[in-house]
Formats: sequence, C-alpha cells, structure tokens
Amino acid sequence: MNAFLAIVRRDLKLAFRRGGDAANVVVFFILTVTLFPFGIGPEAAILARVAPGVIWVVALLAAMLSLDRLFRDDHDDGSLEVLVLSPLPLEVVVMAKCLAHWLTTGLLLVMAAPLLAVVMAMDGEGFATLLAAMVLGTPVLSLIGAIGAALTVGLRRGGVLISLLVLPLFIPVLIFGVGAVDAAVYGLTAKPHLLMLGGLLVLSLPLAPWAAAAALRLSLE
Amino acid sequence: MTDFAGTGLAAHGIACTRGGRGLFEGLDIAIEPGGAMLLCGPNGSGKTSLLRLLAGFLEPADGWLTWNGRAVVEDIQAYQSQLAYVGHLDAVKRSLSVTENVEFWAGLQGADADPLAVLGSLGIGSLAALPARFLSAGQRRRLGLARLAVAPKPLWLLDEPTVTLDTASITMVEALIARHRVGGGMVVVASHVTLDLPGAAVLDLRALS
Repeated sequence: MNAFLAIVRRDLKLAFRRGGDAANVVVFFILTVTLFPFGIGPEAAILARVAPGVIWVVALLAAMLSLDRLFRDDHDDGSLEVLVLSPLPLEVVVMAKCLAHWLTTGLLLVMAAPLLAVVMAMDGEGFATLLAAMVLGTPVLSLIGAIGAALTVGLRRGGVLISLLVLPLFIPVLIFGVGAVDAAVYGLTAKPHLLMLGGLLVLSLPLAPWAAAAALRLSLE
Repeated sequence: MTDFAGTGLAAHGIACTRGGRGLFEGLDIAIEPGGAMLLCGPNGSGKTSLLRLLAGFLEPADGWLTWNGRAVVEDIQAYQSQLAYVGHLDAVKRSLSVTENVEFWAGLQGADADPLAVLGSLGIGSLAALPARFLSAGQRRRLGLARLAVAPKPLWLLDEPTVTLDTASITMVEALIARHRVGGGMVVVASHVTLDLPGAAVLDLRALS
C-alpha cells in the first residue's frame, strides 16, 4: 500500500512541477466547448439540446491529450524498469498511475463541467446527473487510455495512434454518459445509465491494468 | 549488512536472439551467494541482452533460469522483486530533487532507508536538496546507483555502472559491490572498465557467438 501511495504521490508531484499538462487539458476542454455557442449560434434551445453530447465528446478528446505521456516519461528515463522490479505487481503499478492521471485530468474535467453546462445553456435538471456521470465515466477514460498509452509507449509519435486505438473503446462511456444527462433533462430516471457507467468502471478497473501491464512488459523486450 | 539465504541464480542452456540474429546459445551460468560475474565482450556481443534476460525483461529463446532452485517463470514477480537492475538509463526524475528521487525508490520498495545516509554513502550528500536536472552526468549516474543502496536486494545486475564516473567514484562502486557480496549478495556486471572484483567469474561473450 505504501508503494502504491509512493507512486501516486510522485506522479502528482511531477504533474504539479510540470504544471503545463494538467492545465492544458482543462483549458482545451473549456475553450473547445466555448467554441460551440459561437459556431452554432446563441439560440439556447439548440445549445441545450446538444450540450451533454458536446461536453462529453470534448471531455473524451481532452482526456486523450494527456494520455501520451502516461508511461512515456517513465519508459524513456528508465523508471519503468524500476517499477517493474518493485514488489508491487505491475497491474497495481498501472492502477496507481491511472489514479494519479485521473486526479490530474479527470477530476479537473469534472470540476470544469458545471461551468460549461452553463455556457451551453443546459437545463438545470441535468447538472447533478452530469457531475455524477462524469465522476463515474472519467476514471474509465484514464483506465482504458492506459491500454493505448502502454501499447504505444515504445513509439516515437504515439499520439495519433493512441486516438485510433482508444477512441472506439470510449464509445460506451459516451453513450451512457450522454444518455444519463438526457434522461435527467427530460425528467426520466438517469439511474440505469449511471449503473451502466458504474458497471463499465467496475469492469475496466481490473481488466485495463491487466492489459496495460502486459503491453508494458512487451515494451521492455 | 543483510544476509541473504538461498542457493543463488542459475541459467541452464539459455539462448538469446535479437532481431533474428542469434547472440548466444547453450549458455550455462551459476552464481552462488557472495559470487560475482563479470561480462565482457565487444559491442553488440550481447552483454546488455544477457543482463536484461537475467532481469526477466527478455524471455530466453531457449533454456531457463532458476532462482534458489526454482524455475523463475513459475513466479517471475517474486523473482523480479529480489533483484536490482541498473542499466544505461538512470531512472532519475529531473524535476524532483535528489532526495525526492531517493525517497521515491525507498517508498516503492517499502524500505525506510534514510535518504541522506544513502546519498552520503555515494558521496553526493551535499547535493541532496538540488533538483536532479542540475546534476552532472557523473553525479546523475551516482544518484542512479543509489537505487542499489535504498533496499537490500540479493541480486544486482549492473550494465556499465562506471560509465561517466571518475576514478574515485569507481573505487566507491567497487566498495559498494564488495560490501554487498560480504552479506551474501550476488552481482553480475557488464563493464568495459576493469573493475576490482575479487574472485569474480569472467564470462567472455565473444567466445559464444
């Protein structure tokens, strides 16, 4: 457990020292969503209709931005070898890195989401559900993203390839994330959608680190 | 010094192929507690590959490894937690301070080593508060070697540990290895510089290719 926390603490420290990466993700999220009222026009009814979809799609893309460096720095400076030789199973190491990644990106996206819901004139009914859905959905993005990051860690320019690998896997999160908010806005129950998101999280929590760890082991060959 | 028990590391007829080219085959190695092995051979003869193979990063194309009499593949995780590998990369995080780097390695191993004592033993105690990006290549190398001192591991695999080090530091590395072996530790070193390793077996990989 101490080793787990040591990894999380180190990754948070590195993220804060570097600063740029986490800030980039949030700024990208906010700027891109703000473009939509300019592009579509200020008509509240239309904006409100597309709000959940826009917020979620941009959140997926924003999360994507930061994935490339998830394992790359550790791979390039030899830290990955140290992590593999630690007493922790590599799967747990990946979990720790995903947690740190979520704290520095997903959590910030969750915090920025209500602001953007206002920008997009989203119906007030949907706010709480949007937050709940993002709290459940964004950790899945970090976890699934870790598979893509691990598979492309040895490549010089892995960024585009990660998108191709990972975006299709994000689709279920998008569907149920948007579905939950839509349901709440139309006065239906969002519970089934949130349960599905919770299910995705429970499923990816053991499976994604397992797959990512296997890919990382291959990258050391 | 920690005393390590067990019968050590053995390789049975291992072979290694990289990029379709056979580097060595039918290699038998046995290292007992307190033992040392020096790998030599020209560039490209497979020293690094052999060390990575012994570290479990590479799978042998043929043959197998045993650790304390048990096949390594049975529980690679347990085996890998018994060894320390220092390769060409120092695993130093440039934006962390020297002390923070050591603290992380100790935390990762669940060891409560005193960072200052560890740094002092490598002669870089005065740099403790400095961000690691300001270290010279040799100082960074010594910081990388601090990984060996934070947690006692029975098996050390060192790939050119003396690169960029000055003569005094090389002597320090030799002393570090000697102390490790007194406690029953084992070490496999690939080095171009002649290291003073009393009683070390020498493996010339050129003879095998």
